[in-house]
Amino acid sequence: MVLRLLDGSEAIVEAAILAGARFYAGYPMSPATELVEYMAAKLPASGGVCINAATEIEGVNMAMGAAAAGFRAASGSCGQGLSLMQEAIAEAALNETPLVIFNMARNQQDYFQATRGGGWGDYRTITLAPKDLYEAVEHVQLAFHLADLYRVPVIFMGDNLLARTQMAVDIRKFDFGPLPPKDWQLDGTSGGTGASRQIWTFGGGKTNTPGPGPSRHWEQIAAKFDMIATREARHEQGFVDDAETVVVAFGSGGKFVEFVVNQLRAEGRKIGFFRPVTLWPFPGEALERATDACSRVLVFELNAGQMIDDVRLNVGHRRKVRPIGGVSFDESGLNIGPLMDARVIRQRILSALEGEVK
Amino acid sequence: MRRESRGTLVIDVERCKGCELCIPACPPKVLSMSTISNHHGYLYPELSPGCTGCTACQQVCPDYVFEVYRYQTPVMAVVDTEAA
Amino acid sequence: MSIVQTTRPPAVPSTKVANFKPTLLQTEEHHLCPGCGEPVAIRLVLEVILELGLAQNNVCVIGHGCYGSFVMTLDVDCTLCLHGRAPAVSTGVKRMRPDVAVWTLQGDGDMTSEGLAEILHATARGENITCIMLNNGVFGDTGGQMTASSVIGQRTKNTLEGRDAAYHGYPIVICDMVASMQGSAYVARGSVHNAAAIAQTKRLIRKGFQRQLEKKGLSLVEILTMCPTGWFVPAAGGADYMMESLGKTYPLGEIKDVAAAA
Repeated sequence: MVLRLLDGSEAIVEAAILAGARFYAGYPMSPATELVEYMAAKLPASGGVCINAATEIEGVNMAMGAAAAGFRAASGSCGQGLSLMQEAIAEAALNETPLVIFNMARNQQDYFQATRGGGWGDYRTITLAPKDLYEAVEHVQLAFHLADLYRVPVIFMGDNLLARTQMAVDIRKFDFGPLPPKDWQLDGTSGGTGASRQIWTFGGGKTNTPGPGPSRHWEQIAAKFDMIATREARHEQGFVDDAETVVVAFGSGGKFVEFVVNQLRAEGRKIGFFRPVTLWPFPGEALERATDACSRVLVFELNAGQMIDDVRLNVGHRRKVRPIGGVSFDESGLNIGPLMDARVIRQRILSALEGEVK
Repeated sequence: MRRESRGTLVIDVERCKGCELCIPACPPKVLSMSTISNHHGYLYPELSPGCTGCTACQQVCPDYVFEVYRYQTPVMAVVDTEAA
Repeated sequence: MSIVQTTRPPAVPSTKVANFKPTLLQTEEHHLCPGCGEPVAIRLVLEVILELGLAQNNVCVIGHGCYGSFVMTLDVDCTLCLHGRAPAVSTGVKRMRPDVAVWTLQGDGDMTSEGLAEILHATARGENITCIMLNNGVFGDTGGQMTASSVIGQRTKNTLEGRDAAYHGYPIVICDMVASMQGSAYVARGSVHNAAAIAQTKRLIRKGFQRQLEKKGLSLVEILTMCPTGWFVPAAGGADYMMESLGKTYPLGEIKDVAAAA
C-alpha cells in the first residue's frame, strides 16, 4: 500500500488511468474543473488523449467516438454540464457505447438527473455515488468495468467535497473479473468484407447482417437494463437489525450520516443507517429489508427531496419516511452549504425523533 | 442507315425512378425515356444504337441502374433514320 | 425505332467498365427520391476510398439526413451519430486510431445548422479528418425546410415566399469559414449536376482524403446535391434548378489547399 496525499480530482484521474482510460474530453466547470486539468496533465503521459472541448456537448460526443473506436473513454462536468450531455448519454445507452461520465456535482441536486435522465427513450444509467475518496478509487475503476461489461454509459457521481479535498489515498488496482471482447469496435478494418460494423441507435444493422430493427432493439435494451437492475444494486448499511430509526443518505451525505449514527449508537439510541451506493439501480429490496422493522425512516439529502421518492417507493410503509435534508448551498451557489455538517445532521435527526414523541 | 455502337448497357429498369438525368447526360444522345412504366410506375431509359460505353449515364444515375460494357469490336446496327 | 436490348449482358466479346453497385455498398438499392444527388456523391466517396486502398482502413461517421439511410448499406465500419456531432465523434475515433482514415458524411442542415460548433472547432484543432457535406440547401429528410445554407429567395416549407435575408438571415457559407481557419488543409466545393462536374468532384474528394493521409489537417469537401422533392421541382429539372439557385451562392472549385500553397 502506498499512501499519497492527493487532491480528490487527482486521485480520481489516476484511478481512471489505472483503469485503462485513454480518452477524456472535458470543459472547465467548478467543481469539475480540476478533473480536466489533471486529465490534461496526466493522460498524454499514459498514452492517452485529453481534449479541451469547446462545449460539454462536443466533449461527450468525442468521448463517444473514442469509445466506439474501442477505447475506454470518459467525459465529465458538474450537473449543469451534464444537462448538456443528456442527449449523448441516452444515445450511448441506446447505441450501446460504453462510456463513463463524471459528475463532480456542486451539491446533491443531480439525483433526478442521474437516475431518471433527461435523454429520450427507455434507458437507465448506472450511477455510482462513493462516500469518500477511498471508495472513489474503486468506483472509478468499477465504472469503466461496468460500462464495458454491459455496453452502457455509467455516471460517477462525486461532489465538491470529493473533488477538492486532499486525502492520503492508495491508488490500487481493482480486478472485477473478465469482460467480453469488443468485437463491435469501429477499428476500420472490416470495410469491403461484406460484414462491416455498425453502431447505431436504431439497431437496423446492415443489408448483409440485419439488426433487430428499432422496436426490438429498444426492447432488448430495456431488458438489459432490467437485468442490470437485478444484478448491480449496491448498498451499505449499519445497525439496521434492531434500529427503530434508519437514516438514508448517499454520497458524501452518507458518510456524514454514518458518522452521526455511530455517535448516536454509542449514546444508546436504536438508530441505523442505509446508504445506496448505486443510485441506479436503487437498492430497493435491501432498503425494504433494512427498514422493515423500524418505525421511522429519515432521508438526508442536500436537495428539496429527490432520493426520497425512491425511498418511499421501496420502504414498506411510506408514511414512515420523513425528509431531514434540504437545499443547502454556500453563498456562491457553487458549493455544498452548511447543512452538510455532522452537528447539524445530528440536530436534525434528534429533532425528528423528538418531534414524533410530542 | 447503319450506326456503330462501341459499347452497350444493361439497364435495371425495375429499380429506375424515372428522374431522366441520364437523358441529357448521354453524349451521343442514344438514351430516351420509355413510353410504358416499370412496376413502380416510372418511365425508364431505353438505349438506341450508338452507345460509346462512356459511362456518363452511370455517372449521373442516382439509382445505380446502369451497367456499362465496351465491345471488343464495334457492333453495327440498322437504325430508323427518323429516330436517329 | 430500334431499341437495343439492355436486359442482359452483351453476347459478343466485351469488357464491363461499370457495375450497378459501387463496390463498398452492400446493395445498390436505396429509398432516396427520384433525381436525388446524394447517392451519386456517396458513390464518388466510396470509389475514392477504394482507389486509395482505404477500404479496410476507414471509419465513417454519419450525420442525420436522407443519406443516413446508407448506414445500412455502406460496407465500411460506420456509426450514425447525433445530429451535427459527426466532427466531434470523428475526433474521438481519429485521436484513438490516428492511422485510420476517418470521414464524416453530413448534410448542410447537419453541418451548418445543428453542428456548426463541431465542424468549426474540429477545424480549429486541425483534426485529420475528412468532412463530406452534401449541400442541397434544405432539410430534405423532413420534407424541405430551410437550413442555415438555404439561399436567398429559396422557397422551402418554412420560407414559403422564399428566404428573406431581412427576416431569415443570410446563408452560412461553411467552406469560406473553414478555409479561413488555420486548421484546415483542404476545402473545395463540387457538384453532381452533370457528368463533368461529377468527375471533377471525385478529384476534389480524392484530394481531401489525401490531405488527411498526409496529416495536414481537416479537409472539407462540400458537394451540391439535387433535392427535387425538397425544392418542389420535377426530378428532371433538379440539376438546372440547383445551378440557378445554390450554384450562384456556392461557386464550384477549390477554395483552399495547403499542399498547393506550400
